Amino acid sequence: MGQITLSSVTKSFGEVNVIPPLDLQINDGEFVVFVGPSGCGKSTLLRLIAGLEDISSGQIIIDGTDATHAPPAQRGLAMVFQSYALYPHMTVRKNIAFPLKMAKVPQAEQDRKVENAARILNLGSYLDRRPGQLSGGQRQRVAIGRAIVREPAAFLFDEPLSNLDAALRVTMRQEISELHQSLKTTMIYVTHDQVEAMTMADKIVVLNAGRIEQVGAPLELYTKPRNLFVAGFIGSPKMNFITGPEAQKHGCHTLGIRPEHIEVSAEGPWSGTIGLAEHLGSDTFLKVSSDLGELTVRVPGERGLHHGQTIRMGAPADKLYRFDQNGLAL
Amino acid sequence: MSTQSTRLASRLMVAPSVLLLLVWMIVPLAMTLYFSFRFYRLLSPDRTGWVGINNYTWFFRAPDFWLAMFNTLALVGGVLIITVVLGTLIALLIDQPVKGQGVLRILVIAPFFVMPPVAASIWENLFMHPQNGLFAAASKALGYDPILFLEHYPLLSVIGIVSWEWLPFATLILLTAMQSLSSEQLEAAEMDGAPAFARFRYIVLPHLTRAITVVILIQTIFLLGIFGEIYTTTQGGPGSASTTLPYMIFKQAIVAKDIGRAAAGGIIAVVLANIIAFFLMRGMGRHLDN
Amino acid sequence: MARAVSPSRKFWTTLAAWSVALVIFFPVFWMVLTSFKTEASAVATPPQLFSAEWTLANYQDVWARSDYPRFFWNSVVIALGSTLLGLAIAIPAAWSMAFVPGKRTKDLLMWMLSTKMMPAVAVMVPLYLVFQKLGLFDTRIGLVLALMLMNLPIIIWMLYTYFREIPGEILEAARMDGASLWNEIIYVLTPMAVPGIASTLLLNVILAWNEAFWTITLTTTKAAPLSAFIASFSAPQGLFYAKLSAASTMAIAPILILGWFSQKQLVRGLTFGAVK
Ligand SMILES: Nc1ncnc2c1ncn2[C@@H]1O[C@H](COP(=O)(O)OP(=O)(O)OP(=O)(O)O)[C@@H](O)[C@H]1O
Ligand SMILES: [Mg+2]
Repeated sequence: MGQITLSSVTKSFGEVNVIPPLDLQINDGEFVVFVGPSGCGKSTLLRLIAGLEDISSGQIIIDGTDATHAPPAQRGLAMVFQSYALYPHMTVRKNIAFPLKMAKVPQAEQDRKVENAARILNLGSYLDRRPGQLSGGQRQRVAIGRAIVREPAAFLFDEPLSNLDAALRVTMRQEISELHQSLKTTMIYVTHDQVEAMTMADKIVVLNAGRIEQVGAPLELYTKPRNLFVAGFIGSPKMNFITGPEAQKHGCHTLGIRPEHIEVSAEGPWSGTIGLAEHLGSDTFLKVSSDLGELTVRVPGERGLHHGQTIRMGAPADKLYRFDQNGLAL
Repeated sequence: MSTQSTRLASRLMVAPSVLLLLVWMIVPLAMTLYFSFRFYRLLSPDRTGWVGINNYTWFFRAPDFWLAMFNTLALVGGVLIITVVLGTLIALLIDQPVKGQGVLRILVIAPFFVMPPVAASIWENLFMHPQNGLFAAASKALGYDPILFLEHYPLLSVIGIVSWEWLPFATLILLTAMQSLSSEQLEAAEMDGAPAFARFRYIVLPHLTRAITVVILIQTIFLLGIFGEIYTTTQGGPGSASTTLPYMIFKQAIVAKDIGRAAAGGIIAVVLANIIAFFLMRGMGRHLDN
Repeated sequence: MARAVSPSRKFWTTLAAWSVALVIFFPVFWMVLTSFKTEASAVATPPQLFSAEWTLANYQDVWARSDYPRFFWNSVVIALGSTLLGLAIAIPAAWSMAFVPGKRTKDLLMWMLSTKMMPAVAVMVPLYLVFQKLGLFDTRIGLVLALMLMNLPIIIWMLYTYFREIPGEILEAARMDGASLWNEIIYVLTPMAVPGIASTLLLNVILAWNEAFWTITLTTTKAAPLSAFIASFSAPQGLFYAKLSAASTMAIAPILILGWFSQKQLVRGLTFGAVK
C-alpha cells in the first residue's frame, strides 16, 4: 500500500510562507513527479511528506492513518537523496542493511534481502566496497538499494539523477522506471528535468511558488495546460506567447503556439526573418523576428534554413492554445 | 532539518553542557562577588563584616594596579603579535616544498607539549640565568656582560617564554589553513603577473583571516589567565614590573591572605575579561559566520 | 601547494626551515641533554655540548626522591578522565548545535567560550572552599570534574566545527532508515567524525596534562599529577640543574611522545573551523 493524502498542508519558515494551503492525492502504485522552477518548494514538500520537517498546519494521511506528527521512521517511507547520503564508513552491504539493522531484522533475513536488492540493482560485485570507491551511478544504486530493502509504502526521490552525467542519467532513468514497474510501489519523484518528468510519470504535479498549478498525466499537461505557467513550463523549447491583434483575432488575450506546431511553408500567413538557426540534424531550431514578435520554431530534419533568410509560417488552428487576461486557458 | 521533536531533542542534548557551565561560572562568581564586599583576612579570622566597596577602592588606589592592568594587556597583546607574525612566517616557510617536512613539524610542535612550569623553569634556569644560563655564556663568549633578563626585562622575558609556548599552536593552525588554499588560485595570480609579495598580500593573507581570528580568540582565552610562568620566573618582580592582574590577585590571596581584596581583584579581572571577550566575540562572530 | 621549484630554491628554503625549527626545538633538546649530565657539567662554563660526563644518576635520584609512578598515574587518570567525560557531554551538545542550529547557536557557543576567559586566580578561593566542602579537594574525581569543565567549551567548539562539515542529509537518511537519535549518533555521526573526535581528544588530553593551576591549587598529595611533581622541584640553585632537567623531562616525556606519535591525527582536526 502507498496512498498518501495531503490536505490543506502549509509550511512556513519563520515569516516566509513556502507552501500555501495545498491539497494533493497520491494513489497506491502511482509514479508521481513534482516539477517546478528552482526554489518553488519541491524539496520542501517532499521533506514534509517524509517527516523531516514539520508541517505548519494541515494533515498528512498515509494509508488511511494520520501521519501528520509521526516521526520519519514510522511513516514507512524511504528516501533517496540527491547527494546519495550514503554512510561513508560502511561497506555497501552494511549501507543497504542499515535500515534492517535498525528494525532489528534477524541477520539471516538481512543477508537475504541485501543479496536480493544487490541482484536487482546489479551491485553484487561491489557489496564489500565503501561508497568512496564507487562511481556516481553505483552510489545512486546503493542509495536505491537501501530504500528497497525496507519495502516501504512509498519511495521519495529528490532529484536523484542530477549529479550524474547525461548518458548515465538516461540509463538510470530507465532503471528506475523498470523498478517501478516490477515493484509497483508508489514513487514520488522530484526533478526539474522535463524529460524525466514526461517519461517517467504517471502523474505530474506542477508547482510554482509552493502552489500546485496543475496535476495530470504528462500528455494531458502537454495538450491541455490549465494556464500560462504550465503551458510555458511543459514542453521544450518553450511555448511562444503572442499578445495583441493576432491574439484578439483568435478571441483571446494571449495566444500560445508550441515551436513544434509552427510550419514553415510559402503559404503561411505570417512572415519573419531568421535571427539564429541551430542545426541539430534531427531538428532545426529557429529564432525568428516576425509580425507576431520573436518566435521560436522547431523544424523537423534539415531544411537548409539559415540566418537572415525570410520565411513564411503558419500553424494549424487545432494546435493553438488560447488564454484569457488572467492567464487561464480558454 | 528540524521538526519539533528534533528541536526538543536538541534542547535536551545541549542542556547538560549549558547547565554545567552555568554552575561552573555562577557559583564561584557569586561567591567572589560576596567576598569582595566583605572583610575577610585569613590572618585575623575573628574580624568579619561588610566593608562596602573598600576592597575595590583599595585595588584602584594600589600603586601597582594600573601597571598590572597595563602588564596584563601588554602580555596578551605582545604574545598575540609575536605568535601570529612569526607563526605566519614559519607556516609560509614550512609550506614550501622542503625536505623532511614531517620531522620539521615534529620539531616545531614540541613546545606545545611542554607544561608551563617546565617551560618557565627551562628558560629561567638553563637560558636566562645570569651565571649558568646559555645566554650568559654566549654574552661572555662575545666579551659582553651577561644580560639580566629577569631583572631588567622581566615582562619582555615572560612575553618571550609564553610566545615560545604558543608559537606551535599558531603555526599549526595557520599552516593547516594555508594548505587548504588551492594552488590554482596562486597559479592564476602568478599567470596574472603578481609578484610573490602581492600574492601573499592579496591571496594568502585574506585566506588566513579566519585562521588568524581563531588563533587570536583561543590564545586570548588562555593568555588572560597566565599565571604559572610569572610565578615560576619573576614572581611579579622586580618590584611590580611584571605583575599582571591575575598575579596581583594571587599576591593578595596567598601572600597577604586578604581574601576580600583578592575577590575584589577577581571581579575586576572578570569585568576586564568580559570587556575583551565582548569586543573579541563581536569581531570573531563576523569572521566565523562565513 | 606542490609546485615545481628550482633545486637551489628548495635548498635555501629547506635550510631556512630547518634552522627555524631547530631554534624552536632547542630548549627542549637542551633540557633533555642537561638531564643526562652531571651537576658539575650542567653548569660548566663554557657550556658543554659533547665534552660533558654523561650519567643516568639524575633520573635515579629523582625516581628515588619522589613517587613518580603515582604522579604519573594521577596525570593519566585526570587527563584522560576529564577528556572522555567532556567528550561524552560535548558530543550531544555539538550534534545539537551543528545540526539543529538556531538563531542563538553562535551566541551560545561564544558564551561557552567566554566562561573560559574568567582568570582562574580570580575564582581560586571560592573554588577551593567549594571543593573542600564537597570533599573533592585532593581527589582525582575532583580534578577530573574541574578540568572537564575547564575544557568543555573547547571540546564543544572543536566538535561543532567538525560536525558542521558532515552533510546533514546523511543524518536525515539515518532517520529515514529508522535510526533513533541514539543510534544516529552512535552508528552514523560518531564513526564519521572519528578524525575530528580523535583530534579533540588528543588536544584536550594535552591541555589537561599541562594544566598547572588547578592541579596544584586543588591537590596536596593524593591526587597530585605531574604538574605538582615538577612544582616541587622548582627554584633550584645552581647545583640542581641536571636533576631539575631530569624531573622536567620525566614530566613532559609521556605527553611529548604521545603528541609526536599522534601528530597527524592531532593536526588534522585542529582547525577550529578556520579552514573552509
Ligand atoms: N530551512 C529553511 N529556512 C528558510 N527557508 C527555506 C528553508 N528551506 C527552504 N527554504 C526556502 O523555501 C523555498 C523552497 O525551497 P526548496 O528547497 O523546497 O526548493 P526546490 O523547489 O527544491 O528548489 P531546487 O529545485 O533548487 O532544489 C526556497 O525559497 C527556499 O529559500
Ligand atoms: Mg530541491
